[in-house]
Amino acid sequence: MSDLRRDFPAFSQAPDGSTPTAYLDSAATSQRPRQVLDAEREYLEHHLAPVHRGASAAVGRSTTLFEDARATVARFVGAGEREIVWTENATDAINMVALGIADASAGLGGASARSLALEPGDEIVVTEAEHHANLIPWQRLAAKTGARLRAVRVDEHGLWTPDDLAAELSDRTRIVAVAEVSNVTGYLAPVADVVSLAHARGARVVLDACQSVPHRPTDFGAMGVDFAAFSAHKMLGPNGIGVLYGREELLDVLPPARTGGSTITRVTLETAEFLPSPHRFEAGTQPVSQAVALAEAVRYLEAIGMHEVARHESELAARIVEAVTELPGVRIIGPGVGVERAGLVAVSVDGVHAHDVGQFLDEAGIVVRVGHHCAQPLHRALGITASTRASAHVYTTVDEVDRFVDALAGVRRFFGVSDAPSAAVSA
Amino acid sequence: MSGLEGLYQQIILDQAKARHGDGPLDHADAEHHEYNPTCGDELTMRIRLDDSHTRITELAWQGDGCSISMASASTLAELAAGRDVDEVHGLIDGFRAMLRSQGQGEPDEELLGDAIAFHGVSKYVMRVKCAMLGWVALEACLTEASASPTPVE
Repeated sequence: MSDLRRDFPAFSQAPDGSTPTAYLDSAATSQRPRQVLDAEREYLEHHLAPVHRGASAAVGRSTTLFEDARATVARFVGAGEREIVWTENATDAINMVALGIADASAGLGGASARSLALEPGDEIVVTEAEHHANLIPWQRLAAKTGARLRAVRVDEHGLWTPDDLAAELSDRTRIVAVAEVSNVTGYLAPVADVVSLAHARGARVVLDACQSVPHRPTDFGAMGVDFAAFSAHKMLGPNGIGVLYGREELLDVLPPARTGGSTITRVTLETAEFLPSPHRFEAGTQPVSQAVALAEAVRYLEAIGMHEVARHESELAARIVEAVTELPGVRIIGPGVGVERAGLVAVSVDGVHAHDVGQFLDEAGIVVRVGHHCAQPLHRALGITASTRASAHVYTTVDEVDRFVDALAGVRRFFGVSDAPSAAVSA
Repeated sequence: MSGLEGLYQQIILDQAKARHGDGPLDHADAEHHEYNPTCGDELTMRIRLDDSHTRITELAWQGDGCSISMASASTLAELAAGRDVDEVHGLIDGFRAMLRSQGQGEPDEELLGDAIAFHGVSKYVMRVKCAMLGWVALEACLTEASASPTPVE
C-alpha cells in the first residue's frame, strides 16, 4: 500500500528531509488524497450552482453531480438512493433520528409517524461504550418522552456480548442504539445478533457506523439495521458532510427535525406538507462540493477494495496489540491478542496520565489521540479518566505503528514510573 | 527530546510526585472545583483565611490529572499558603501572563519562585489549561471569599 501514500499531500517529505510525522489519529479525522481535494476544487471552479433550485442548465449539471454523489454513496453502503440523507456530520445524523422520533412522539407527522412514537415507559437501549454522540441524543429523547434509557454494561476490557444485550431488552424496548465499531475499544459489535435480538422485541436498530463504514465493507440493507450514521471526514472525504441512512419506509414517515426551504410540497400560512425522503430532511442550502468530494473518496476506497482496506488495518492493529502486550505497565483497552478488532488501539499506561503520554509521543513525531474520546462512561467503567489511542487508515504503514510502539516503550521510564505494576502517581 | 525536557523539567516531575498540599481541609472559607472536560482532569481547591480575610492561612487541594496539572497545583500550594491575598492575586496574574507568553521573554523569578519551571508549558498551547487548573481554582476561591462577609468584623 506504500504507493498510495503519494496521493496524500499531507505525507509528502519535509523539505529538510526530516522524518515525517506518523499520523495515527485517523479515527478522529482522516487525511485526504489529492483526488478528493481535486474533485472538490473542480466542482467549485467549474460547476458551482445552487442545486434543486431554478431552471438553468448550470443548475441541472450541479444537481446531477449532487444526486450522482448520493447514488455513489448509496451503492457503497448497500442502500437505495432515497435511503441516503445528507447531514452536517454523523452526530447530526443521529440527532435527526432522535429529534424526529421526539416529534413523532409529540404527535407531529400524523398517523403515519405514529409507529415511531415513544410512550412513557418505553425503553431505549445503548451500551456503556457508546460515543457521546450515540448517547446524549437518546438521553434527551428519553427525557422528552418519558421513555427509559438503559445501558448494556461493559466488562473490564470495555466489551459486551449479545447475551449482555439480550438481558437489557424487554417488550418495552423500542430503540437499540450501538456502534458497529467502538471508537475506543475497536470492538466489532455482533450486528447480526443485535438486529435479530432487537427486531424480535419489535425494537429498531440505530447503528453508529462512524468507525466501520470508512474501514470495512458495508451493506446496511443486508445487515437489516433501521438507521445508521457516518461521517465523510473519517473516510478520506471532506468536513461538513455526514450521512444518515434509514430504511426508506421509515425515512418517509420520520418527521424532519429541521424544516424550511426545499423540504416541502405544499405550504400554507398554517401548514406544510413534506416531501418523501431524502429531501424532506435536507432543509436549506446543501453541502454540494462536499457531497461531490465524498463521492470521490468513495471511488478512491472502492478502487482499493474495502476488503483490502479492512485486511490492511486489521494487520496493523494486530501488530500493535502483540507488541504492546509485551510492554510492562501498558494495558490494552478492548480485544487482546488474536481477537479480531478494528484498526484502532487505545492503551492506558500505569502511572502516567494520557496527556503526558500523548505529549511524549508528539515530541517523537507521533500523532495520537489522548483523552476520553467522547466516551466518558466507558472510561469511568474502566476506572480511568483518559486513554491514548492510535488509529490507522489505508495509508498507515508498518513503520508508523512500529514507531508508536517503540516510543510507547519509553514513556514510563521518562516519567520515572517503575515497572512494578502500581497506581503510582495517581494513587 | 530537548523540547520535551524543557516542558517536563525535573522539578515538575518531582512536584507531580510530591503533591504538596494534597488532601482534605475541613471548615474551609472557600472551595472551588475545576474540571477540564477535554481530558477529565479535575481539582478541588479549599482555603482557610485569617479573620480579616486578607491572608491565606491554609490551603489544600484534591485532584486527579496529568503531571503538569498536578505539579502546578503542588507548586502553587507551596507558594500561596500563608501569603497575603493581594500577593497571591499578583502571583496568579504573573503565572497566567507567563503561560500566555508562548515561550517568549524571561519569567519573573522574584515574583513566581519555583513556578518559573512552568515557563516551558507556554510553548504548548494545548497544555496551558493543565498548568492553570489549580491556579484558576484558587482564584475562584479568593473571589468567592471576597464576596462573602468576613466572619469577624
